[in-house]
Amino acid sequence: MALAKLKADAAEARMAGLTLPSGFDGARKDALGRVAAMGLPSKRDEYWKYTDPTSLTQPEPIAAALFDAQETPLFGAVDRVKIVFVDGVFDADASDDLACEGIEIARLADAAGADIHWASELYGTLETRGQSPVERPLAALNTAFAQDGILIRATGKAAKPINLIYLHGDTGSDVMLHSVVKVEAGAEVTLLETGPAAARLNSVLEVEVATGGAFHHVRSQGRDHERRAVTHCFARIADESLFKSFTLTVNGQLTRNECIIEMLGDDAVAHVAGACVGDGTAFHHDDTVFITHDALNGESRQVFKKVLRNGAVGVFQGKILVKEGAQKTDGYQISQSLLLDGDSQFLAKPELEIYADDVACSHGSTSGAIDEDALFYLQSRGVPLQAATDLLTLAFLAESLDEIADETLADDLRDRLESWLARRT
Amino acid sequence: MLAIKGLMADLQDEDKTILKGVDLDIPAGKVHAIMGPNGSGKSTLSYILSGKDGYEVTGGSATLDGVDLLDMEPEERAAAGLFLAFQYPVEIPGVGNMTFLRTAVNAQRKARGEDELSAGDFLKIVRAKAKTLKIDADMLKRPVNVGFSGGEKKRNEILQMAMLEPKMCILDETDSGLDVDAMKLVAEGVNALRSEGRSFLVITHYQRLLDHIQPDVVHIMADGRIIKSGGPELALEVENNGYADILAEVA
Ligand SMILES: Nc1ncnc2c1ncn2[C@@H]1O[C@H](COP(=O)(O)OP(=O)(O)OP(=O)(O)O)[C@@H](O)[C@H]1O
Ligand SMILES: [Mg+2]
Repeated sequence: MALAKLKADAAEARMAGLTLPSGFDGARKDALGRVAAMGLPSKRDEYWKYTDPTSLTQPEPIAAALFDAQETPLFGAVDRVKIVFVDGVFDADASDDLACEGIEIARLADAAGADIHWASELYGTLETRGQSPVERPLAALNTAFAQDGILIRATGKAAKPINLIYLHGDTGSDVMLHSVVKVEAGAEVTLLETGPAAARLNSVLEVEVATGGAFHHVRSQGRDHERRAVTHCFARIADESLFKSFTLTVNGQLTRNECIIEMLGDDAVAHVAGACVGDGTAFHHDDTVFITHDALNGESRQVFKKVLRNGAVGVFQGKILVKEGAQKTDGYQISQSLLLDGDSQFLAKPELEIYADDVACSHGSTSGAIDEDALFYLQSRGVPLQAATDLLTLAFLAESLDEIADETLADDLRDRLESWLARRT
Repeated sequence: MLAIKGLMADLQDEDKTILKGVDLDIPAGKVHAIMGPNGSGKSTLSYILSGKDGYEVTGGSATLDGVDLLDMEPEERAAAGLFLAFQYPVEIPGVGNMTFLRTAVNAQRKARGEDELSAGDFLKIVRAKAKTLKIDADMLKRPVNVGFSGGEKKRNEILQMAMLEPKMCILDETDSGLDVDAMKLVAEGVNALRSEGRSFLVITHYQRLLDHIQPDVVHIMADGRIIKSGGPELALEVENNGYADILAEVA
C-alpha cells in the first residue's frame, strides 16, 4: 500500500472514536485538518525509522500494568504548586489552589468558558509552526483532541515551581494533555512534570518565552514499566531569553520525546538535556530534537545520555539548523550511550544544517561499554561490583543532570536515581 | 601475613606465561621490597593478588592471614585488608574524589559488619589525612584522578590507603613520578601507617624510596620468579650495578 494511503487510513481509524472537545475551537478544527492532510506516522516514515509508532497511533491503547513505587513523591520537599491529573483527569482535591504570585494558571478544560486571550493566541500555534520542515502529526492530533492540560502565564518571577503530577490509575487509560506556557518579558517560571500519566500518553507543551524571560522545565516520566508515551515540546524564544529543559526517563516501554525549539531573538540560550536508564528488550526510548537558530549570537546545547542493558534500545535524532544570517551561533550537541551488555543498542542520527558562515557548531555521538579499569579500581577499594557499576552509571549520566539549573531539583533527581539503581529500577 | 607459594599465572587472552612460580612470605609488621627489570611480572603479581580480570592462575596459592585470596572477588580481598596502590591510578570522570573515598570506606565497613561513618566524621578524618599529604580541598572535590598530575595521583593513592587502613599494603612504583619533596611526603605517609599488625610490599626501581621506607627484606624478581632475596643492601647493589650480575649469578 502506498505510504500516504497507509498514513491517511491510520489517521482515520484513530480519529473514528474521538470527538473534539470544546474550547479553542478554531485551533482544534485546524489541527484536525492537519492530521487529515498528514496522516499518522508509519514506521516507513524516515523520521520514524528507528521507532515503530504503531502502538502510539493505533486506535486502542495497549494496557499497561500499574506500578506502585512505594516511595515519597519526587520533589516532595520542594515548595511547589501541585496540579494533579489521574489518567488525564484533573483531581481538584489532590491539587493545590491554582494561584501563585507572579503567574496566572488556568485549566485547558475551563478555557472553553473563559476567554483567555493570550492562550488562544498560542494554543496550537507553535505546534503548527513545528510541522515544517518535518511533520509531527501526533502533535497535531493532540492539539485537536487534548482533553485537558494547564495554561500558565508568567508575568513576573514565579514564587514557586508548578508541578504537574501525572498519576496512572487505570491499566487501559489513553490520555492526551496539552499545556501552554507564556513567559512574558523578564518573567521566569519553572515547570515540573512527574509521573507516567496513563497507559498511553500523548502530551504537547507549547512554550513562548519573551525578551529576557526564563523558562525551566524538569521532567521525570515515572517508573511504570509498560506505559507508552509520545511527547512534544514546542518552544519559541525571543532575545536574551533562556529555555532549559531536562527529562529523566527510567522504565516505560516506549517513549518518544520530541523537542522543537525556534530561537527567534538575538542572544538567546536554549539547553535541552535528557538522562535515560533502560532495562530489557521491551524498553525503547527515543529523543528527537530540532533546534532552529534564526537570530544572532544564539547558544544551544543538547546533552543526552542513555544507559541501556539487557537488550534495551535507545534512539537519538538531533538536529541543529542554523538559518542564513544567524551569525555567531554556538551550537553544541552530544549524545552518548553506555551499553551495559552486548545486546543493547543505541541508534543515533546527529545532524547539522548550516547556512551562516560565522558559527561554531559541534556534535558528537558515542556508544561504549563500562570502563573495566575504573570498575576494577573501585572494586579494589572495596566497592562491590554492583555498587561500582551504579556509581559509574551515575557518573556517566552526570553531565546531563548537571544541565538542571536548580541544585535542589537536581539533587533530588540524583538521589532518586541512585536509589532506583540500587533497587535495580 | 601474606603467603605466596609457587604462584603461576598466564595471560587469559594470549598464550603467555608471566608468573612462573613466585614464592613470597611477608610476616605481620614487616616491609618487603621487590625490585626487578621492566616486564619481569611485578605489576602482574600485584594485580593477580588484588583480583584483576585477564589472568589465569595455573598453579600455586596466595593467602592473607591463612585465607585464600585467589578465591575472592576483588572487593572481598579489599575488605579482608588488602590494598594496592596502583602503578597507574585510574581516572574516573564524573565521580568526585570525596564520594569515591566515602563509598570505599563505607563499603568496607559494611562488609566487616561495622556502622557506616557519618558524613561529618568522615569529612573530619579525610581533611586531616589530606592535609598531611598536602592534598588540597580542590583535589578532594575534583573527579577521581582526572587532571591530576602524576605526583598528585600517587599522593591520592596514599590518601586512600590512609583512609582504608588496610593490613597488607602493596605499593606498585608509588615513587615513580614523584618529586623529591613529594617522595618524602609519601614515605612519611607510609611510615605513619607502619605498625605491628600491618605489612607492606613495596615495588620500586629505585633505592631512594627505600632510604625513606626502610625495608626488612629486598627481593629481586626476574622473568616471573623471585630470584634472589636479601637485606636492604641488595637494593644498594642494584642501584650501583644494575641487574646483570644478579641475573648471571642465578643463570
Ligand atoms: N594484559 C597484558 N597483555 C599483554 N601483555 C601483558 C599484559 N599484562 C602484562 N603483560 C606482559 O607481562 C609482562 C610483565 O608485565 P608487568 O607489568 O607485570 O611487569 P613489571 O615487572 O611491572 O614491569 P615495570 O617495571 O615496567 O612496571 C610484560 O612482558 C608485559 O608486557
Ligand atoms: Mg609494573
